[in-house]
Amino acid sequence: MRLAGKGRNRDAEEVRFRFDGRELRGRAGEPLAAALMAQGVRVMGRSFKYHRPRGVMTAGSEEPNALVTVGRGAGREPNVRATVQEVHAGLEAFGQNAWPLVDFDVMAVNDLFAPVLGAGFYYKTFMWPRRFWEKVYEPAIRRAAGLGALSGEHNPDPYEKAFAFCDLLVIGAGPAGLMAALTAGRAGAEVILADEGVEPGGRLLSEDETVAGQPAHVWVATALAELAAMPNVRVMTRTTVTGAYDQGTYGALERVSGHLASPAPELPRECFWRISAKRAVLAAGALERPVAFAGNDRPGVMMASALRSYLHRWGVVPGRSAVVFGNNDDAQRTARDLAAAGVHVAAMVDARPDAPEVPGVPTHRGAVVTGAAGGRQGVEAVSLRLEDGREERLAADTLAVSGGWNPTVHLTCHMNGRPVWNEEIAAFVPAEGAVPGLTPAGACAGVFSTRGCLEAGARAAREALADLGRQAPAAEVPEAEDAPYRLRPLWAVEGKGRAWLDFQNDVTVKDVKLAARENYRSVEHMKRYTTQGMAPDQGKNSNVAALAVLADATGRSIPETGTTTFRPPYVPVSIAAMGAGAQGEGFAPVRHTTSHAASRARGAPMVEAGLWYRPSYFPQGDEDWEAACRREARMVRAAVGVADVSTLGKIDVQGADAARFLDFVYANTFSTLKPGRVRYGLMLREDGHVMDDGTTARFGEDHFVTTTTTAAAGEVMAHLEWVRQGLCPAWDVRLISVTEQWAQFAVAGPKSAELLDGLIDGGLDKSAWPFMSCGPVTVQGIEGRLFRISFSGEEGYEIALPARYGAALFEELATRAEALGGGPYGMEALNALRVEKGFITHAEIHGRTTAFDIGMGRMVSAKTDCIGKAAASREGLSGPEREQLVGFRPVEEGAAMSAGAHVFAEGAEAVRENDQGYVTSVAPSVAFGGWLALGFLRDGRARHGETVVLVDHLRGTRVRATVQEPVQFDPEGGRLRG
Amino acid sequence: MRLRCPLCGERDRREFSYKGAAVALDRPATEDWSAEWDDYLHNRANPAGETRDLWQHAAGCGAWLVVTRDTVTHAVTEVALARDAARGKGAA
Amino acid sequence: MAELRATTPCAGLLPLRAGAMWLEEVDPGRITSLMPGPGQAGALDAALHAAHGVGWPDPGTAHLGDGAAVIWTGMDQAMLVGPAPEPALAEAAALTDQSDAWAVVDLSGEDGPEALARLVPVDLRAHVFAEGATARTLLGHMSVSITRTGPERLRIMAFRSMAGTLVHELQTAMERVAARRGLETGAPDG
Repeated sequence: MRLAGKGRNRDAEEVRFRFDGRELRGRAGEPLAAALMAQGVRVMGRSFKYHRPRGVMTAGSEEPNALVTVGRGAGREPNVRATVQEVHAGLEAFGQNAWPLVDFDVMAVNDLFAPVLGAGFYYKTFMWPRRFWEKVYEPAIRRAAGLGALSGEHNPDPYEKAFAFCDLLVIGAGPAGLMAALTAGRAGAEVILADEGVEPGGRLLSEDETVAGQPAHVWVATALAELAAMPNVRVMTRTTVTGAYDQGTYGALERVSGHLASPAPELPRECFWRISAKRAVLAAGALERPVAFAGNDRPGVMMASALRSYLHRWGVVPGRSAVVFGNNDDAQRTARDLAAAGVHVAAMVDARPDAPEVPGVPTHRGAVVTGAAGGRQGVEAVSLRLEDGREERLAADTLAVSGGWNPTVHLTCHMNGRPVWNEEIAAFVPAEGAVPGLTPAGACAGVFSTRGCLEAGARAAREALADLGRQAPAAEVPEAEDAPYRLRPLWAVEGKGRAWLDFQNDVTVKDVKLAARENYRSVEHMKRYTTQGMAPDQGKNSNVAALAVLADATGRSIPETGTTTFRPPYVPVSIAAMGAGAQGEGFAPVRHTTSHAASRARGAPMVEAGLWYRPSYFPQGDEDWEAACRREARMVRAAVGVADVSTLGKIDVQGADAARFLDFVYANTFSTLKPGRVRYGLMLREDGHVMDDGTTARFGEDHFVTTTTTAAAGEVMAHLEWVRQGLCPAWDVRLISVTEQWAQFAVAGPKSAELLDGLIDGGLDKSAWPFMSCGPVTVQGIEGRLFRISFSGEEGYEIALPARYGAALFEELATRAEALGGGPYGMEALNALRVEKGFITHAEIHGRTTAFDIGMGRMVSAKTDCIGKAAASREGLSGPEREQLVGFRPVEEGAAMSAGAHVFAEGAEAVRENDQGYVTSVAPSVAFGGWLALGFLRDGRARHGETVVLVDHLRGTRVRATVQEPVQFDPEGGRLRG
Repeated sequence: MRLRCPLCGERDRREFSYKGAAVALDRPATEDWSAEWDDYLHNRANPAGETRDLWQHAAGCGAWLVVTRDTVTHAVTEVALARDAARGKGAA
Repeated sequence: MAELRATTPCAGLLPLRAGAMWLEEVDPGRITSLMPGPGQAGALDAALHAAHGVGWPDPGTAHLGDGAAVIWTGMDQAMLVGPAPEPALAEAAALTDQSDAWAVVDLSGEDGPEALARLVPVDLRAHVFAEGATARTLLGHMSVSITRTGPERLRIMAFRSMAGTLVHELQTAMERVAARRGLETGAPDG
């Protein structure tokens, strides 16, 4: 309910929103949990396993119970904590893990079976029969247990990622964080202050206390105004630092637009930041921890400090009469503040025999709460056991609990730091130097007074400034509350009934004890057996207490039993945020050739080649790919075809040692190549297998242009740089990619020279351009290059002009080709032509083939040292046992072969033991009709003419084929020499 | 993770490509296969502690780098140009 | 025969504006890669000064002259941007024409670095990345060269074939930053 005149948001606009279909009113900007509490909604969620009704327990991102689904449709977001989601006009939220509603959930029947559903239940029960595991048990368990669900549709919401840099990252803007940011900001350092709250201030916003003689929130506002005026300070609200990574890198999740009623469509929902910080101060505060007792999961049982947040910040309380149960001085503040706000406080139950008295509240020292009783809507009565052993029962609808505070050590664990047990506060504190460059300060380091936190923040900032070589100006730390934190450890109260440790995963004290009895004594084993700490809250509310219960059950101290650790992220981060920017077109850049638009305009379907898009074929009428391919291939054989080959890698190799360098990186020799000539080259990896191939043209004594395949261009460039820098550092070699500079087109076919003759300035004198020659040409005065090379087996040229003319040149070439009875051809025809000629691509040089396998072994062995020479001489990389490159032609004309088929001797069973090789490329053949293939066959070069069987188990085909030479068409090469 | 490229300064890991052990700098001078070649190509230490890797600042200046780092603490103690390391060995 | 017409890499894609940010294509003139031979950086520096009035840059820097600029683009490599290179440079360096290899765009406006912070893992804010600073880095998944050419102007060079992706990525980032600015200035819900 809302308390009149209470809450710092009392002037906020009233808005309407919906929860489980009901229209409700709330104050804009307050947490959904506060708005629901104001409306008397007590059940906000259902538990994971038993479907117990649950109410809100905390006021922060650690909330284990009040998880809701926000929005509807494809972009709906499950498991949003109602303590984090801000209310806005039109907000729609739904309870989850319940059917039909969280208020009335038929699956709550699970709770009746609780006696048999304890820890290990699944392991023990669903063992048999095995075939039921995936078909029956898992789907059933998944339906019954769990949290919210995604829509299963593509998420249309925009997400974003971003990078930020600073001298000092301050994580958390409570008293320690604010003071650290002020200190560093005043010293001129670049500061990022990140806080997961809507407003910076941390606990100062939730307490009734003073700082520097003024209400704490007023001091916060003053501090924020000072920070806002500093250009070197960036305050990031709604931003949770989620992880600490190597070399001062931090991940942070910013909630950008989920609090807006109608965000601009460009606004991302969330932004995932990568922050690079020279130093960091962790001022993440502490989380209050529950005490386990019977019925402690009932709606109305809340953390004591959370009640103060709801009261002071948002002016709401969950009920009319409260009992406060604690073991430390801090809990007493809740009794005091509730009473001052006019809530009936039936009792302060303090486990400490020496606890002070709360004025005006019946205080029971040395007493414990043994149980919270009630109905579906939560607590109605609280049972106590007094110091003298008497039992008492009080009527109350609210039970505030405090078992003390756990420092938020999470980020200090992210680089394998193990927190250290501090007996005095009965809690883990960060290990020294757990994350290089990060200093924990304030409550996260076990300092719990406001004054102590302010001092620690200032001190940590001064330390960081000294590391950064900056002088910190002297500054006074303001006066503030400095009460000691006196605590008597209390983890669980003995009694009848289930006492919850992990609310989110439904793990009770009994489950942990059962784990101990079944010898899961290691904390890591206990966690896995009970699933404690594995829910979205990742054990924030339960790890330390569960460890304490395990310690007790195994008769060891807490440090002996183990430690707790946390991995990133600190709060759940959606995959959409982590992968932001990588959806759709953002997944990978798209590379377009200069002829792309023209190819698309001619109806060509595009095929991806690495990042490039290349035309598959240029259909005419209703041609399918095969018909188009055969027509285009015939066109090249009979007239002239034009294909864009700009995607092949082109590398400029210059320098006095350029020729020597190429001799070293290629398996063949280039120093003997004359300027104006082109030579095929085969490049090996150092392990003796083929890396890539291509042609290299020599333009001058010290100037070569070498080409790579499209797919391997990046790999080859990196490899050449390696050889240049790492193996030949004293040679004069200079490398640069010129792939993007040139638009290059293959012009192939018997009429290719005729086409070029009309295009090139001064015409084409064929006698000056023998096969494998190269040189400069001009077209309309534009300087370009011409290469007489062929990948089709026909007389062929490649002409290159600067890329700005590429689009125009393609149109010109295509038009001229069409006038000569030819036209453009695509990847399919290019493939068909080269298969007939036995030219290899990465289908053949796939990483496991050697030079010997493709018939070029002699090239390597005849050379002086080159990359891959030594390894290529290894036993087993040459010889008759190798699978060698061959061609295949079907015995029955027109039979369709398939790439991927395996080769077997006739009559042999098609099983692995009899495998003789495999088919790598298949294409339609215009020279022979039907289909041709390339592939590898054991001792294949000695088996030309033999009949074998190609079996494709995947497609269920079997084709008899004869083994051929790889070069099946024009083996003498008369056509390409023209 | 961040690496301090000798040419570009400190940069985010995503600009760099990991390229294996720095052993690759010690290419045997012989042309025939040998146990030395076998070691060079195949045998790698997997230390808990200091290790030397090759990285390329592929999306930066293109330099190949020798990175000395600790596999346990992830501390990076030195980043040097592979070219300088190779020259130091008196490579060609 | 029809005249072969030149097409710019970002033809039909630019200019565009989002909030107070502008993105436009730039005609940089000639771009020539300069790669000095061993021990020739000094000679190249002198030749550059004599021929074009700019020097050989240290890594991470660009010399922005009146008619010519030299932008460092990698190990032992820089781009001469603007004029055709004087032949004398060839005595100290390998020269390669790269005029058509790059899509060149200018991003201007105070929020430019904020937009690029969505894409580039380098701090490009003016007080850190001052005029004359240059970086080879990533923009999304693309290798780029980014140079600050003015207090509120960043020059971005990406591979020509990726011009479409370059513009798409920049436009998205610019629009998102502009939408956030709308939030801060109190326009209704951005």
